[in-house]
Parts: sequence; C-alpha cells; structure tokens
Amino acid sequence: MEGAELAGKILSTWLTLVLGFILLPSVFGVSLGISEIYMKILVKTLEWATIRIEKGAPKESTLKNSASVGIIQRDESPMEKGLSGLRGRDFELSDVFYFSKKGLEAIVEDEVTQRFSSEELVSWNLLTRTNVNFHYISLRLTMVWVLGVIVRYCVLLPLRVTLAFIGISLLVIGTTLVGQLPDSSLKNWLSELVHLTCCRICVRALSGTIHYHNKQHRPQKGGICVANHTSPIDVLILTTDGCYAMVGQVHGGLMGIIQRAMVKACPHVWFERSEMKDRHLVTKRLKEHIADKKKLPILIFPEGTCINNTSVMMFKKGSFEIGGTIHPVAIKYNPQFGDAFWNSSKYNMVSYLLRMMTSWAIVCDVWYMPPMTREDGEDAVQFANRVKSAIATQGGLTELPWDGGLKRAKVKDTFKEEQQKNYSKMIAGNGSLN
Amino acid sequence: MIAPSSRPPLSPAHLPGPLGRVSGARPAASPPTPFPPAVSQASLVRLHHRFQALDRNKKGYLSRMDLQQIGALAVNPLGDRIIESFFPNGSQRVDFPGFVRVLAHFRPVEDEDTDQDPKKPEPLNSRRNKLHYAFQLYDLDRDGKISRHEMLQVLRLMVGVQVTEEQLENIADRTVQEADEDGDGAVSFLEFTKSLEKMDVEQKMSIRILK
Repeated sequence: MEGAELAGKILSTWLTLVLGFILLPSVFGVSLGISEIYMKILVKTLEWATIRIEKGAPKESTLKNSASVGIIQRDESPMEKGLSGLRGRDFELSDVFYFSKKGLEAIVEDEVTQRFSSEELVSWNLLTRTNVNFHYISLRLTMVWVLGVIVRYCVLLPLRVTLAFIGISLLVIGTTLVGQLPDSSLKNWLSELVHLTCCRICVRALSGTIHYHNKQHRPQKGGICVANHTSPIDVLILTTDGCYAMVGQVHGGLMGIIQRAMVKACPHVWFERSEMKDRHLVTKRLKEHIADKKKLPILIFPEGTCINNTSVMMFKKGSFEIGGTIHPVAIKYNPQFGDAFWNSSKYNMVSYLLRMMTSWAIVCDVWYMPPMTREDGEDAVQFANRVKSAIATQGGLTELPWDGGLKRAKVKDTFKEEQQKNYSKMIAGNGSLN
Repeated sequence: MIAPSSRPPLSPAHLPGPLGRVSGARPAASPPTPFPPAVSQASLVRLHHRFQALDRNKKGYLSRMDLQQIGALAVNPLGDRIIESFFPNGSQRVDFPGFVRVLAHFRPVEDEDTDQDPKKPEPLNSRRNKLHYAFQLYDLDRDGKISRHEMLQVLRLMVGVQVTEEQLENIADRTVQEADEDGDGAVSFLEFTKSLEKMDVEQKMSIRILK
C-alpha cells in the first residue's frame, strides 16, 4: 500500500501547488511572475539557439531574413505595362507571354493559398514541427532540443492539461450555478467573475502571455467587437480581458455543453444550423441584442475562417450591416514561441489543442482601437474595408482583397470577368481595327 | 534561381534534421528526379512543398480542380489554357515530375547553359522550348499549327463576352495573316518563332525563384 500512499501524496501536493500558484491568483487577476521568469529563460535559450544556427550554417545558404518576402521575384506592373507598354495597341501573339508568366507565377506562389498554412519561421525555435529547412548543426543544439522535448511533453503538457480540465469544469459548473440566480446586478457580476477566472485559467493552460494595448478603447456594452481570426483561441484571448457575448452555431458534444452552460449565466447568441442560413433572422437577433445597452458587446470574426496571421482577408459585410458602433481589435501572435494558427484541413480540434499545449508558449499582442461607425454615403462593403485596413495597419499584417472562403471554394466568376474586361479594352476598345 | 551548384543533386529526402536524420517535417513522398536536373535542388524542395500545399486531399497528384482553386490563376484570361498545359495527352492527373516539367520552361536562362553538350537533349528553358510552350497555349488540337479557328477560340477564352464576334474575327484574321508566310491559313511553329524573333522571350517567360 505504500506505493498507493506515495502516489496519493504526490498527487495532493501537486494539486495544492497548482491551486496555490495558479488557480487562486487567477481569481483575483494577479500574476505571481512565474510565467515571466519562464518567458525570460525561453527567450534567452532561443536567442542562443539562433546564434548557434547562424554560426553553424554553411556559407552558401545564408539565413534569409525575411520569411514574408515571396519566393519568386515579382514584377508587379499592371496589365498595360506588362503587355507591351504601348497605348491603344492591338492584340499580339506575344500577349500570351505576359499571361502565361502571371499564371505560372500564381501556380508557384499565390498570396492566398499560402495564408492557409502556417507561417514559416526565420530561425528555428527548437520545435520539430517547424524544422523545415534547418540542418543538423551541433551536438549541443541537439541536446538542448532533446531537453526541450522532455520539458514540453513531460513537465508542461500534464500541467497544462490539468489546468485546462479544471478551467473548463469550473466554467461549466460555475455558469450553471450562477444561472440559477434571478436576474440582478449580482448575477452579472458573478457571471463576469466566473468567466474571467476560467478564461485566465485556460490561458495559463496554454502558457499564454498577452499584452493588451490601449485598454481605454476596450469595447463597450451595446457595441460590436470585430477582430481578425487565426484560431479558436482568439476567443479566449479576448475574453480574458473583458466579457463578450459570443455569436455562433450551436455545436454538439463538449462545445455544446459549454455553450449551453454559458448562455445560462449571460446572454450569448447561439444559432441553430438552420437559422444561420437565414441572414435576415441573424441580423434581426443581433440588432435586438445591441439595442439593449445592458447586454455585453458582441464578438464577431468577419473573415469567417481562420487565416494564418500574416494577413487580413476580406471582411464579410454581414456584420457591418447591423449598425451600431464597431470596436476593431487587432490580434497578432508571435510565431517564435508557438504557432497558433488552426489549419482545420490538416488538424482536428483535439490534435490542434495538443499542439498548442506542447508549444513553448502563446505570445500575442492585442490592440484595442478607437470605435468606428458607418459614415453617410458609405455602404457596408466600403465600411468593412475601412475597418479591415485599420486592423491590418495596427497589427502589421498585409491586407488582401480575397475572400477567406477561397480555402474551400473557387473564386467567383465576376473577378475573372473583370480581368477579361481589362484586356478587352486594350485590344478592342479603341476601335482602330482594320 | 540559385545557380546549379557543383554538388551532386541530392534528393530532399536526404536533408538532415536535428538528429542527423530527417525529422518529422520531411515531405511524405520524396520528389523523384528521373530527368536531368531541370531545376536546382533547393527550388525542387520549394516546388515540392508547393505541390503538396496545392494537393488538398493529399492524393499525391494534382487534378484540374486543385489548380482552379488558385484565385489568381482562375481570374487569368489564359488560366484555362495554362491549366490544360499540365495535362498533356488527355490525362486527368499531373504528378510531381510533370508539374516540374512545365515549370521548368520558365527557368531563367543562365550563361552556363549556352555551352551545352550538343548530345544532351535541349534544356526545357531554352528559347525554343519557351516559344513552344507559348505556341501550345494557342494550338488547341496539338497538330502543330494554329488555325484561324483555334486563334478565334483562344481569343474568345481571353475576352469572355466583352468583345463581339465580328471584332474578334477581325483580330484573328489579322493576326494569322501577319504571321502566316506560306499562305496555308494557319500559323506553324516556324512561322510563330519567326514573327517573334525580335521579342526578348528569355526575359518575358522567366520566373526567378529567390530562395
């Protein structure tokens, strides 16, 4: 029985430690500084690793210092210049050169498809999963890598899984309990407390280090919060600093349980799958929600799908037709410590979460931006683009006009017609044919 | 592209990982190199990554639909013809060597290529082969001639519904007449080459890979 006693003692010490150092401070929103120390050590280690790699790299392959520059040399001249630079020219056999070159360039590298896979790192961060281009350098580096694997899988992973488990259970139990109370300001305060605590625990479950900027612009009640979308963790990151009403589809399984529990404590907007198709219904419900100034701000991701955090794609205009004040938020992850992008075609939710929990940390910056409203004479699409530009500029992301839906569907024919129109104007529009 | 180095061309499967072996990030199927190196080794790795990224269902080959998913290609007026060029002889799939074979046409011409061993087959990125690729885009039935009818069809592809039939016929007639020398009403490859002899084909049909 000694073995069982020992195991029991270890478990209880472990749990007490976890409780004391992580859970309690989460309730009060206080940090004990453990994660800061961890981050400092991590940064030093990665810097050391980078220097070793640079020293060890063979002379021919010098480190490319901008992973975001394309892999092919592009000549971005517009169609007119690229074709032959003469105005009012007619069709030439050589036109095919320009188009075939542009076409093949797109096949080798296009700005959209690359956004649906993880960003490549400039220098290796000691994770096997990002080791795409890097060669064996030295024994010491390999030893550090092995040490990293041990630390991540044997020390951090169990801790994080425990925390995640505790966090989610607390959320479900807490919100159900709070939901029993009658509607009052006490209930709201308690539900906020429960939400915030559980989110903080979950963020610590990912070793998340989040910097919030411009907290004075935090979204207010009765507004709509709009942000760029990289992964489901975005929600966690935002709700750690404030409470939002979420919008989304009702899921089954664990997500469904969480959703049903949460809606008891404070009014989120969950739609059945069939209701999602009816845009008027969706808009109506959202309008009702923001009309009630006591309700929490809605959180929406207008891109509609996860992008890899190097760019911002087209914002769907639906969220911008509801009216009300838009509070843009820009979220930028630091890929050096862990890749937060969810490639849903490659990983399902569970393997994604496992990958998150075996990364070094999730480090990100959140910028709250001043509220925006639709101006007179501006339609929803232009407004959406304006907000998108603001978010892209703030977060240092590139802006793309393409639809994130290209992940799964083909491009609309209207875009092709535009190109055809341009070309037709050149070869036939001037009317000087023989 | 990085100039072909003097190292023997390694297949990327031999790239060492941190333990001296290939790590988990290795491509699932190492790209075979059965033909003489038409692209440099580093570019081959890049293209293989790209091939895998485009192959959405991990089939090991690309279908027309995979290529049509590329937004910038789908809006290109010649997009359909370019996609067709990957599927010669009526096949429905293009594997990685086939993929590289087409892309190799666009490799920039390096100086070293000019002193070629005359016994070796002409490299895919020679001027003649680049022109042949362009010729193919017009030659719909691959009979070695661009007839007036084929020219009309390709033009129609490029302009959609924006130009009237009459205007298009005029353009097609003029183009074929200008290039046609032996008066057979069609443009052969020789005539095509001759009409473009002043064009800097090497520069216009080259894509330089930076990494």
